[in-house]
Amino acid sequence: MTEVQVSAPTTTRAGVEVRLEDLQRRYGTVTALDGLSLTMEPGELVALLGPSGCGKTTALRLVAGLEDADSGRIVVGGKDVTGLPANRRDMGMVFQAYSLFPNMTARQNVAFGLRLRGVGAGERTKRAGEMLELVGLSAQSDRYAHQMSGGQQQRVALARALAIRPTVLLLDEPLSALDARVRAQLRDEIRRVQLEVGTTTLFVTHDQEEALAIADRVGVMRAGRLEQLGSPSDVYARPRTPFVAEFVGLSNRLAGHVNGGTVDILGLRLPLVDPTTPDGGVTAIVRPEAVGLRNVPDDTGQDALVGTVVATAFLGAISRVTVDLGGGALVLAQLPTSEAADHPAGSRVRLTLRPDPVLVTPLAVGEAAGVTA
Amino acid sequence: MSWLGAVPFLSYVFLFLLLPTGIVVFGAFAGTGGPTMANVKALGDGYVVDAFVHSFVLSAVSALIGAVVGGLLAYAIATGKKDGLLRRVSTSACGVLAQFGGVTLAFAFIATIGGEGFITVWLRTHGLDIYANGVWLYQLNGLTLVYTYFQIPLMVLVFLPALDGIRPQWREAASSLGGSTWEYWRHVAIPLLTPAFLGATLLLFANAFSAYATAAALINQGGIIVPLQISTALSSEVILGRENFGKALALGMIVVVTVVMSLYALLQRRAARWLK
Ligand SMILES: Nc1ncnc2c1ncn2[C@@H]1O[C@H](COP(=O)(O)OP(=O)(O)OP(=O)(O)O)[C@@H](O)[C@H]1O
Ligand SMILES: [Mg+2]
Repeated sequence: MTEVQVSAPTTTRAGVEVRLEDLQRRYGTVTALDGLSLTMEPGELVALLGPSGCGKTTALRLVAGLEDADSGRIVVGGKDVTGLPANRRDMGMVFQAYSLFPNMTARQNVAFGLRLRGVGAGERTKRAGEMLELVGLSAQSDRYAHQMSGGQQQRVALARALAIRPTVLLLDEPLSALDARVRAQLRDEIRRVQLEVGTTTLFVTHDQEEALAIADRVGVMRAGRLEQLGSPSDVYARPRTPFVAEFVGLSNRLAGHVNGGTVDILGLRLPLVDPTTPDGGVTAIVRPEAVGLRNVPDDTGQDALVGTVVATAFLGAISRVTVDLGGGALVLAQLPTSEAADHPAGSRVRLTLRPDPVLVTPLAVGEAAGVTA
Repeated sequence: MSWLGAVPFLSYVFLFLLLPTGIVVFGAFAGTGGPTMANVKALGDGYVVDAFVHSFVLSAVSALIGAVVGGLLAYAIATGKKDGLLRRVSTSACGVLAQFGGVTLAFAFIATIGGEGFITVWLRTHGLDIYANGVWLYQLNGLTLVYTYFQIPLMVLVFLPALDGIRPQWREAASSLGGSTWEYWRHVAIPLLTPAFLGATLLLFANAFSAYATAAALINQGGIIVPLQISTALSSEVILGRENFGKALALGMIVVVTVVMSLYALLQRRAARWLK
């Protein structure tokens, strides 16, 4: 790929701080946002992650001005924009559904915002060309939306949003309509472009892998509020709540018993994330990568830690091995693929647990050990 | 053998389009004693030209009124809920009303605003005579009014799908790029809707141009529009060979529709370069 010169046309406006303050939004009886507060550093990319219906899109639309908040404030670069209509907010938006204007070519789409701002035809074409080059679509400038692939359309949409040099870039699941390969590729591309232009960016997704891969910080949402905001490694490795732990990454839910600041799981004694947890039965959340396997002879008697390998999912350098501990209790172990090869389906194994601090949650009614995604 | 599947369609086109057209064209040039130009020449007679002008004006005006009013109605319906009651009721109503032409429609107008229609009479007793300058209902103006009655609902039916195709994200994208509502309409919505609007208007034109039953029920004698003249020519027992003059009239109509269609195709191509 050729080196692209973008600093001159695009970084005239450095990122600004964006603050969402206690945003509330109800639709009839549904509370879409329930006091959402979030401060984004200048130039930062924050991914809002959460299950369907938790209010991600609503949050984004409030920032864009496409929807009004019932209460709360939105402050961009120190300026309160809560009451401003969308067309005066200077925000670039990329939608989940394809949204290019079908009656315009890629170049005309990208130039549209500039045209509305009264930028002359020559300057407009030049800047649209630069933006299309930035997203690697110079060759497609004269195509109409229906002549481009979904991935290409979303790139043009990104270029269109960036062409107006927005104060904030807002992306609502821009990749969800694309297939996995294009998705990963375009995700990295969005991040590269965002770093180059330095625009403060809010990226909404329900795909945890996407959020972890692209963001400076990930905000995990639940029922209209932020459950945890932190760096990807923070959110993954030090989830503050069981909800975050389960939503970000796979986890095993194992029955445990808290006893004097430690927890017993499958007969092993492990430290707690929160040593003040009261004694009693709990569900412990254990990451698959904290689980190790050791082969044991086939005739090894049944005990809590011995089980049978039932399946192995090959994921490239790593593999995920499913172990049946008897009675339908399944545990996932994530191992380097070379190691997983030692435990073919049907072999008897003994589990080991890495002595990481464990997050526990009160026992749900009728809950047994098992795996949740 | 890929053309085999098209056979039913092609036979249909042949039987119901090409064959009648052929008969019309052939008949228009056929006389009692061999080929003749007499029938086609007779199209130049004053009263025939008048009928063509009337037909054209009637169709164009009722199509334009129908397109504008129906377009606005369709827009109002499209902005409502997709599966709302209003929408279901109004689209079914339009479906019925668009097919409402003929004797029933003519009678409905005669009974209400005809010379002795109850609205006319009621208005007259209150000092307002809508026919002070003559009874216009049975003339071109009246015909235009009556035609809009089925043109408007037809427009709603054919234009609604185009409006449904307009995605809300386009408006939101335009707005986030700094566009006002007017700028969105001017640069996005209107260009996108123009081809469908033109197409629908053309359909309305053709619909009115070929309509016969309503006019026949409303107007008893005289050939104020071409379809009525064709009817007169075909049923005339006074002069022999008049049915071939009727075919010449039909040929004239085919020519008018063909010209309008070609103009439309040109416009369409200009309006929708992005469609190809
Ligand atoms: N226009 C609306 N009218 C009524 N309810 C709405 C509207 N928009 C959103 N909601 C409701 O508000 C809640 C939050 O919706 P939102 O679209 O923000 O969720 P989301 O996190 O983006 O979900 P998804 O991942 O499915 O896109 C949902 O319960 C939704 O049903
Ligand atoms: Mg959403």
